[in-house]
Amino acid sequence: MTVSIQSTPFDMGAEVRRFAESVSGAGAVVTFSGLVRDDDGKLTAMEIEHYPAMTEKAVEKIRKEAMDRWSLLGAVVIHRYGQLEPGEQIMMVATAARHRADAFMAAEFLMDYLKSRAPFWKKEIGPDGEKWVAARDEDEDALARW
Amino acid sequence: MIEVLYFAWLRERVGERSEMIETGAATVAELVNELRARSEAHALAFSDMTSVRVAIDQGMADMDAPLAGAREVAFFPPMTGG
Repeated sequence: MTVSIQSTPFDMGAEVRRFAESVSGAGAVVTFSGLVRDDDGKLTAMEIEHYPAMTEKAVEKIRKEAMDRWSLLGAVVIHRYGQLEPGEQIMMVATAARHRADAFMAAEFLMDYLKSRAPFWKKEIGPDGEKWVAARDEDEDALARW
Repeated sequence: MIEVLYFAWLRERVGERSEMIETGAATVAELVNELRARSEAHALAFSDMTSVRVAIDQGMADMDAPLAGAREVAFFPPMTGG
């Protein structure tokens, strides 16, 4: 499994262990996990919508681009959708390479692209109502460095 | 016939997840003009195009992209994944 778009929670420890065991010759595994952040203690839930027919294709394209650009032995992306509570894991990426530089760079690249090129939309739900999370200019600008 | 899909606040403003549209529009921009004329809700959804993105058959596209052969056109705000 290299890309998984799912509503269910995942066990990051188990996923990373399985991934690390599946890549032979790796000297480095870099992992990143994104959590539902509650900045001011007023978040009840986060609703993540996606475009089912496009999501997996778009994420696989980003993953493949990372595999082509860096010397990787493997890369996985798990991204959830649906309703999540504060502190829950939204997504994770893991990259494996012979040396750490490739694994770190590829993980950062994956995160920058998943932020603004994977068809997910976040909505914050709180006691005062609901609000779609706006895309930030910095996230778009972050793509320019690649 | 083209299936038009809406996501996030565009879906909420239009009040539909998808609709089948009989259109002669040559480009996305022409389709948007036709959609605007369908209802006030559509017109509101498409009032600020700087925050509207489009995909044709699940691939990102520009507003001046041709629609020839397109089956599915999706409109949504800038993505907020990760």
